[in-house]
Amino acid sequence: MEKSIFKYILRFSSRQQIMLTLMAVLSFPVLYIFYELPKQIINGAIQGDPGTFPQKAELFGINFGFSVGHIQWLIILCVLFLVLVIINQAFKYVINVYKGLTGERMLRRLRYDLYSRVLRFPKGTFKNMSQGEIIPMITAEVEPLGGFIGDAFAQPIFQGGQLLVILGFLFAQNPFMAAAAVALYPIQLYLIPKLQMRVNLLGKERVRRVRTLSDRIGETVQGVEEVHVHDTSRRERAEFSYQLGGIFQVRYKIYRQKFFIKFVNNFIQQLGPFFFYSIGGYLVIKGSLEVGTLMAAIAAHKDLASPWKELLGYYQKQADSKIKYDQVISQFEPVDMIDESAQTEEPKDNNTLSGELSLTNVILNDDQDTPIVDGANIKFSLNESVALVGAPGSGREDLAMLLARVIQPSSGSINLAGNDIANAPESLTGRRMSYVGSGGYVFSSSLADNLYYGLRHKQISENPDQEKAREFQSTITTSEASGNSTDDPNAIWTDYTAAGASDDDSLVEQALRVLEIADLTDDVYQLGLRGTINPESKKQTADLVLEARNKFLEKISNEKDLASLVESFDIKAYNTNATVGENLIFGNPTSDEFDMNHLGNHEYVIKVLDKAGLKAKMLHTGYQVAATMVELFADLPPDHEFFQQFSFISSEELPDFQAILGRVSKDHLDQLKEDEAAKLVGLPFLLVPARHRLGIVTEDFQRDILAARKIFADELPDRLKKDIEFYNSSKYIKGATIQDNILFGKIAYGEAEASDRVGKVLAEVIAEIGLRKAIVSVGLDFNVGISGSRLTLAQRQKLILARSIIKKPDVLIVSDGLSAIETNVVEDIMKKLVNEMSDRCLIWVLPSISQASFFNKIIAMKKGKIIKSGSYEELNSGDGIAKLIEDKNT
Amino acid sequence: MSLNDEVELLRQVPIFANIEPAKLKLLAFTSERLTFRKGLDLCVQGDPGDAAFIIIEGEADIIIKMDNGESKTVNKIGKHQIVGEIAILCDVPRTATVRASSDVIVLRISKDLFFRLVGEFPQMAVQILRELAARLENTTTQLAKALGK
Repeated sequence: MEKSIFKYILRFSSRQQIMLTLMAVLSFPVLYIFYELPKQIINGAIQGDPGTFPQKAELFGINFGFSVGHIQWLIILCVLFLVLVIINQAFKYVINVYKGLTGERMLRRLRYDLYSRVLRFPKGTFKNMSQGEIIPMITAEVEPLGGFIGDAFAQPIFQGGQLLVILGFLFAQNPFMAAAAVALYPIQLYLIPKLQMRVNLLGKERVRRVRTLSDRIGETVQGVEEVHVHDTSRRERAEFSYQLGGIFQVRYKIYRQKFFIKFVNNFIQQLGPFFFYSIGGYLVIKGSLEVGTLMAAIAAHKDLASPWKELLGYYQKQADSKIKYDQVISQFEPVDMIDESAQTEEPKDNNTLSGELSLTNVILNDDQDTPIVDGANIKFSLNESVALVGAPGSGREDLAMLLARVIQPSSGSINLAGNDIANAPESLTGRRMSYVGSGGYVFSSSLADNLYYGLRHKQISENPDQEKAREFQSTITTSEASGNSTDDPNAIWTDYTAAGASDDDSLVEQALRVLEIADLTDDVYQLGLRGTINPESKKQTADLVLEARNKFLEKISNEKDLASLVESFDIKAYNTNATVGENLIFGNPTSDEFDMNHLGNHEYVIKVLDKAGLKAKMLHTGYQVAATMVELFADLPPDHEFFQQFSFISSEELPDFQAILGRVSKDHLDQLKEDEAAKLVGLPFLLVPARHRLGIVTEDFQRDILAARKIFADELPDRLKKDIEFYNSSKYIKGATIQDNILFGKIAYGEAEASDRVGKVLAEVIAEIGLRKAIVSVGLDFNVGISGSRLTLAQRQKLILARSIIKKPDVLIVSDGLSAIETNVVEDIMKKLVNEMSDRCLIWVLPSISQASFFNKIIAMKKGKIIKSGSYEELNSGDGIAKLIEDKNT
Repeated sequence: MSLNDEVELLRQVPIFANIEPAKLKLLAFTSERLTFRKGLDLCVQGDPGDAAFIIIEGEADIIIKMDNGESKTVNKIGKHQIVGEIAILCDVPRTATVRASSDVIVLRISKDLFFRLVGEFPQMAVQILRELAARLENTTTQLAKALGK
């Protein structure tokens, strides 16, 4: 990148800078006239001799060819003044906006360039440079540069020009006075840079310290588990505080220096009037200077102050920006950066590779120049499955990384089907090869996005949403102006052909196949069951789900054993496995409007109870529930977990209810206060008769609730209609999961192993209808959370593996990326993958040699050297492989 | 069957016989009432024990898997009997499989709950001691008989 900020500015925005300069220069004549005109107004119009009017209209030596009266002339000049004010401010407005545009464009370019560079960093750079340093550099540190870039040339020219204009004006009036006004400037010009130098050094120091600080915060966040495990928060605080202290000192020094500069500046500025008053005053008294001239000099000096101050400010800002730029850029130029062309070059064709993968004298040294991989010479054909075996520390993982070009060898070469992979573009290594290692990462997006990540190398076609595509097209010019990417991230990137698919449907097919290999199908299926869909956009799936609902109902009603497992929603029947509240509303709340825990406070619900003649009964029931709860829980300590698990009343509220029960007897509920009554009415809504068995929800009560259910639905006001989806056996419930949509009822409490048995029936129904694929594809929409935190580690590792399989690489290297998966599952996956890759190359770093027999070829390593290679039988002859690779030092 | 019926039932189980009704009510309320259909296992030999069961209705077989792989029904239990308490008392795996020989309704008392109750109501612990001692006595007599044969 350009070594100095000015070079960078000139290279990418010289045209804008010239425009800005031109505009600044153009504004000067206007400015000059603007200063000159008031003199004309005072001398020519206000103080003009009335006798000379009407006179010829003449201004700045230009004769306008008509004559004017006294007042007329004043008005004309004043209007002219007003016009000049407008023109002057318009200039400022246009210049400022253009400056902003230029600055923001350049800032965008700078950030993009820096980010592009991060993508080209060799892996080793990240050993010495942390997230905590990189992030603030690209985000916060370069931010003020944008402001400066707009000002870089225009500001000194504009302010300097203004200064010269005023100065010119002054010289025209009285050269002596003008010279006096600027007499002290040279002192400032000499002093300020010297002082500024010290501030600059401190500024550098500050930037460095803040970076370490953010690095520290990043470490704390990542290592927070260790902090808790070892009780070191106090030490962490101490270290953080120490670093804050350092920053404080530096910042304080900067303040002192800055304000000292300000002090010096202002002092020198004020020296002017001192000299004017003293020397000028002396001269006036002595009669060698007129008092008017002195006054004019003082006024001129004051006028000069503003642009002069701006110029000095610019000087400071410029120095500051220079440091910031230098400090950021120097961090973004690591040695061995990946060539830009390696990431932009497209391959000539996408044909599968055939031939050999060969290593010639490959050596990898660590930081201390000790060989980790020592002179590897081996070749194998691209249709072989290869097992890398060796003791831990034998260099097996490093060899795998070298093969995958995750790291570069210190010397030697690796050749993939005639391409030296050291110089091959990423379009070759990233599309024809794949690698699953310990650095695998799951991005915070959907499962599908993660699975298809390896298929998204370039934009394949435009966004199918034409309006969005047009919208994006319209932003391309601005992207280009900043040298940014012109690809549309919302367009179609997924390379269907690479996965052996032709459209969304066949891609899901491939995804299913790959998930099966990676042993992830069941997990995704479960996620799918618990997922929701929009029945309008996925009508086909929704219809199938409804079909499954009918089939499920049929199944459980026909088989005696299953009948009691699920109690279906029936508009005419009370559901004893649902709460009273759910029975009343008989629908899925789509917002917080109908909160099951606070139904007793809902105006409409109370109205319905009233109408159904249920209010007194609910109150009575509420009283009964409260009495039972108080009886059961009154003796327990308030923090007892039974409260959370079983009680309808929290331990904090219990005394309130106790008081109510103590004060008002069962037969005098009319004595309850309004808020007390509301509290009691709310309680029965939470009862589930099948679960709570309090004997309170009697059949009579159920009948009443059913009557109220009808009233509730019939009279629901329009404004509340959007807050509920009523259950309807032939309608998909939008807000409910697929599973709930199929069950369309409640799993029975009190039926042993109900969920497991329901799950089995559900799976049968789904298989019969052929819904499984659709459900898995709903599971693919599951959002995995930040770095996949909503998945287990094993699921994440399987996902990363699946991502590598689906792109059908010619060479797939599996290293230590499956550590969290159970051994027998890994073995299963391994068998399936050997089969999948039968005509391609699979290289596997085996943690245990027991699986070596699955592979065509075994490469045995010891202390960084390949000690033997060949078929399983060849290596296993004699003392066996275990003996062969045994490393007594480890 | 409501909570009060369950309390009546619990009172007929020896180890709960002397506990005050209010506590039994809490026990009943915080326990799950489950139906095991005929043929389902209440618990399986060798699994970790996480709950005891009180039979409210129906019968179940106690089945032990022998070393030679054969299964043998060694006992039958019915109404008002408690089963599965050994595994939760001494943290050993289930010593036998309990299989419903008819539809069985039980009250399932989880291990946590059971221990909390024992901790909170020492009289319950005493009752359990008594019950266990009686069983030991019973077993010893049976053993003596068996040896005498």
